[in-house]
Amino acid sequence: MTTTPAQTRATEATYAEGEGPILAVEDLSVTFPTQDGPVTAVKGLSYTVEMGKTLGIVGESGSGKSVSSLAVLGLHDAKSSKITGSIRVAGTEVVGLSESRMRKLRGNAMSMIFQDALAALHPFYKIGDQLSEAYLVHHPSASKRDARRKAVEMLDRVGIPQPDRRVDDFPHQFSGGMRQRAMIAMGLVNDPSLLIADEPTTALDVTVQAQILDLLQDLQREFNSAVIIITHDLGVIAEMADDVLVMYAGRAVEYGTAKQILTTPEMPYTWGLLSSIPDVTASTDARLIPIPGNPPSLLSPPSGCSFHPRCAHTDKVPGDLCSTQLPDLTPASGVDHVKRCHLADPEMIYRTEILPEIAPDLVEENR
Amino acid sequence: MFKFTVRRLLQMIPVIIGATFLIYWMVFSLPGDPTAGKCGDRPCPDAYVAQFEEEYNLNDPLLVQYGKYMAGVVQGDFGESYYGVPVSEELSERFVVTAKLGLMALGIEAVIGILAGVLAALKKGGFIDNVVLVSTLAVIALPLFVTASVLQLYLGIRWELFPVTVGSDTSFYALLLPAFVLASVSLAYLARLMRTNLSENLGSDYVRTARAKGLPQSRVVGVHTLRNSLIPVVTFLGYDLGALMGGTIVIEGIFNIPGVGNYIYRAINDRDGVVVVGAVTALILVYLFANLVVDLLYGLLDPRISHD
Repeated sequence: MTTTPAQTRATEATYAEGEGPILAVEDLSVTFPTQDGPVTAVKGLSYTVEMGKTLGIVGESGSGKSVSSLAVLGLHDAKSSKITGSIRVAGTEVVGLSESRMRKLRGNAMSMIFQDALAALHPFYKIGDQLSEAYLVHHPSASKRDARRKAVEMLDRVGIPQPDRRVDDFPHQFSGGMRQRAMIAMGLVNDPSLLIADEPTTALDVTVQAQILDLLQDLQREFNSAVIIITHDLGVIAEMADDVLVMYAGRAVEYGTAKQILTTPEMPYTWGLLSSIPDVTASTDARLIPIPGNPPSLLSPPSGCSFHPRCAHTDKVPGDLCSTQLPDLTPASGVDHVKRCHLADPEMIYRTEILPEIAPDLVEENR
Repeated sequence: MFKFTVRRLLQMIPVIIGATFLIYWMVFSLPGDPTAGKCGDRPCPDAYVAQFEEEYNLNDPLLVQYGKYMAGVVQGDFGESYYGVPVSEELSERFVVTAKLGLMALGIEAVIGILAGVLAALKKGGFIDNVVLVSTLAVIALPLFVTASVLQLYLGIRWELFPVTVGSDTSFYALLLPAFVLASVSLAYLARLMRTNLSENLGSDYVRTARAKGLPQSRVVGVHTLRNSLIPVVTFLGYDLGALMGGTIVIEGIFNIPGVGNYIYRAINDRDGVVVVGAVTALILVYLFANLVVDLLYGLLDPRISHD
């Protein structure tokens, strides 16, 4: 039986009304064979995203954030990567899906916004042509004029002034913020159910960052799509995310709601991330504490917990458990909040040791 | 675009003056006597030598000689060869042949070079890639006259597929083998350049974007990657036209083609300075115009380059 695009759309629509998550990743591993041996950039990653919700994925460079998302879109070259586990998009298993069927999902049911819009937009083609192309490839019956109208409409929607004129501009004629808006317009041109934004604001200055985040939120409400936002900026997470996944060295190390992760984190790496961001409203006594050391090499990951060489709390764990045994993802104190740590009472350590350092005024208030 | 073109054309004037002067100076300061071989075994009579030197201004200081020569060139008079044939007349006849040969070589180079480079880049590390790498290495390593002689021997004499030499029949078919030999070395460089550029561009962010849009592979490569990879290739082709013109001196000698290269080759042997300067000036003009065309093509290929 052949399904028309309209039917596919319909099944997606009914799907959106609540038959489980739009994206379910289970035990995902991505390995790249290199000359120095295989590099496993993502190990045993699992998460889900519901329609209309936003998942934030945080971590340092090289923690596997982008690699896992590119795997969702099937953008890794099959010859130079090995992907195991399961990724289900709207119920369809995409690991091992043929390239031609994958292509029908890409940019259509799910799309991606890349971080450096100047590099990610084609320098030689007009913004409007790039948008129309994205529309036409999934609407083969549409005319060029329809596609152009759609491009203008999308540019208008993302807040580009005089969209009917700017549609004929080249990317280098746009400002940085406008390019990112155009990139978002291109990601949304086919009303995707799932939008992955890979560090959408990293290359922008702070005022424009806020505008872009607002825009993403507005559009998400309008399109009711699920959003994955990849970032190393916890400010972005606080603003945008419903759920947060913290990644370190290719693994999930903490996963919970944004409130849980930001107010009662239970994994020393998350504490490190929280301690290293400045807060304008915090008192001047608050200290910025960087995480010592560098992210580990994925070629020879540390034994046991991959964070242990940089962790300040290994002395609170009996024996040398941290350096010998990889902790499982175990339930933390909150509902559906999991962490990967051997510490017996992380909540207590956070309240007595970490919080006074990073937010002394907050501790005062609670007293 | 118009302003740019005019400016570039004006810039050519000092280049042409400088280049012709250098050539003139070099050719006429070479030791040797142009009348030496003119009168058989005996030296020429003094009266003849005096008349000859008078006719070609050989007794004037170099700058005056050059000035008189250029005054003629501006009026379209390239002087007469030492055999008394007007240079412009012979040059225009021969130029047609060399232009045909050069353009055929450029065409062969562009088509085969780009195609080989694209195929190699798309299947990087595969069979075609290795074939291209090895064969281009062999072609680059062999001197032009060796390639020419080997092909003459096999394709011309043994298998009789192509005429061995060209002579007066300068048809497309007769020029095919010389054009291929002339193109061979540049072709190899071009294939490698194309391969490197394309494979580099295939890894760029905007190509990933194109894939993420759900475009089919043919469109990702054809529309989103090829055009940018062509920019260095076009540059190379433009500059290479000059190198091909230089190569014709060797190739036209080997295949006996009545073109500008052969003309220069003979004139150098005869110490016929007027011919050398005239013919080389013609080649310089070709080179300059080819580069102007390349610069204008940039604007068409890459909208970020504006010529206003």
